[in-house]
Amino acid sequence: MLVKIAWRNIWRNKLRSIVVLLSIILGIWSGLFIMAMTLGLNEQRMSGAVNTYLSHIQIHDLDYPIDQKLKQTIKEPNNILEVISKEIGIKSFSKRQIANGMAASAKGTYGVQILGIAPEEEKKVTAISNHLVQGTYFEKFKRNPVVLGEKLANKLGLKVKSKIILTFQNSNGDLVSFAGRIEGIFKTNSSVFDKLSIFVKQKDLANYTGLGDKIHEIAVLTNSMDNVEKVKSDLKKVGKNYKVESWDELSPELGYAQEMMGTMVYIFMGIILLALSFGIVNTMLMAVLERKKELGMLMSVGMNKKKIFFMIVLETLFLAMIATPIGMLLSKFSIDYFEKHGIDLSSVAQGLESFGIGSRIYTYLPNNLYFKITLFTLIVTLIASIFPARRALKLNPVEALRSL
Amino acid sequence: MAVIETKNLKKIYNQGSDIEVRAVDGVSIEIEKGEFTAIVGASGSGKTTLLNLIGGLDKPTDGEVMINGKNIANLSENEMIDFRLNNIGFVFQSYNLIPVLSSIENVEFIMLMQNKPKAERDQRAKDLLRSVGLEKELHKKPGKLSGGQQQRVAVARALASKPQFVLADEPTANLDSKATNELLDIMYQLNQDEEMTFVFATHDQRVIDRAKRVITIDDGKVISDINSPQ
Repeated sequence: MLVKIAWRNIWRNKLRSIVVLLSIILGIWSGLFIMAMTLGLNEQRMSGAVNTYLSHIQIHDLDYPIDQKLKQTIKEPNNILEVISKEIGIKSFSKRQIANGMAASAKGTYGVQILGIAPEEEKKVTAISNHLVQGTYFEKFKRNPVVLGEKLANKLGLKVKSKIILTFQNSNGDLVSFAGRIEGIFKTNSSVFDKLSIFVKQKDLANYTGLGDKIHEIAVLTNSMDNVEKVKSDLKKVGKNYKVESWDELSPELGYAQEMMGTMVYIFMGIILLALSFGIVNTMLMAVLERKKELGMLMSVGMNKKKIFFMIVLETLFLAMIATPIGMLLSKFSIDYFEKHGIDLSSVAQGLESFGIGSRIYTYLPNNLYFKITLFTLIVTLIASIFPARRALKLNPVEALRSL
Repeated sequence: MAVIETKNLKKIYNQGSDIEVRAVDGVSIEIEKGEFTAIVGASGSGKTTLLNLIGGLDKPTDGEVMINGKNIANLSENEMIDFRLNNIGFVFQSYNLIPVLSSIENVEFIMLMQNKPKAERDQRAKDLLRSVGLEKELHKKPGKLSGGQQQRVAVARALASKPQFVLADEPTANLDSKATNELLDIMYQLNQDEEMTFVFATHDQRVIDRAKRVITIDDGKVISDINSPQ
């Protein structure tokens, strides 16, 4: 009957209970939606970096990441390429020859990184070919085709078919000039990448670097993010001449951002739940003080304190038990919807691009977080109910009976 | 042995200060089983305080309250709650029913706290509500009942735990004459038929007229204790 009383008690003041229910529902929804937006944003930033250039794992010569000298090519690449081609967890890989130099046009010069790739191989690892805004991806031009980012093209005043001069050192240390023609212009979510990167065919670049088929980098895409650590450790076993690094080591800021976002979402939710708990305490306290006389009567006729405490806690829990699933469902529907359709933030696209994020944010929230938040909400409600319940216990039956 | 016995019972508020109030000041009374007693006095005379002390709702400053020979002043808070549940029935001035429960649920509620089985609770609640003439109002909530009907439910609730006695604090204060007479008839009948002891704190002449014993209090002291001829 205590359960019955507690249940009916929450409907004594319908408006107040509905306000509490709505505040819990909105609290859960806003908390989860912010979490989903934050995680989605981070996921996009990370997958954007992985898909445009970084890939999941990169292999270099041991010293290359420090000096980035042209001569520091991967020694005996066939050993590791053989392992890569046999590794089950690997989806695709791309070999790259890299030169750092200057890109020049009639309009100016700019420092760039020139990536010599095998276009078909690279297509399977990064999604540059999907980000073309002009021209084609190494399909039409036979002599020294170049694909570059829109930002760089704009800076240098280049269009498709424009001529570009790339100047860099060859393996002998001499400066060489690579005269190419723009075949494609891409635009990724990262304006920094679009400003600095130029893709050419590896064999074209090799003609100038004098490195032949030597490579500086092997970019590896695994079947899934979960496989990255395993594949990395398998590849590390091949030899000590190679530096095998995963995406979060190659771009630590991405890893840190993911960790930070992971912590921040809990802080967000914590703040929301804290605010919610104050609302619950306030409402339940009002409910207790309003029923002082009734509680005094219950104590007088022999209802023990344990039962009174339990009744108040139960009333609060009922509110949470009604509101939490509704809040969860509302969150699930809206997060799923925006996961599919995205949220248009084109008004702040420029700012987002400088962080490597597109103008449309796709929400993302793993299922386990829904359960965690449900649990947190119930725990917070339970804790919030203790204060008003304790207040009820402190009532003196005689004084409570005298109250209006 | 008296069901209720108070020995030099005192309740002093703000003791030792300039605004000391002697609400109950050395009251010694004995109430036997089956009595239909009214404690009367003007407002502020101390009758409700005396009733609260007898009912264990308040702790005395001094003196003893013996219920069936047991001094309840020494009971801990939890023991006192249990004692009240199993030994004392309460009827309050403003009914104080649980508004979200129906009549039968309000009566059953007390037995539920005593952990009585469902069938027994149900049967006794129906019997009690029938005895107070509310067999047709079993499933109505207090808000749908008149004041007199609500007070009758309160009487049924007070009797639900099979108490030693019933304490009623101004039970007729909010009732009209008809409802007062009906309620008093019911209580008187229960007193006669089941030898249930009733103690009223009242200044309602209609109750005083029906009481078998009238204890008058003034300034916390018993100034008269008269057995009525009826």
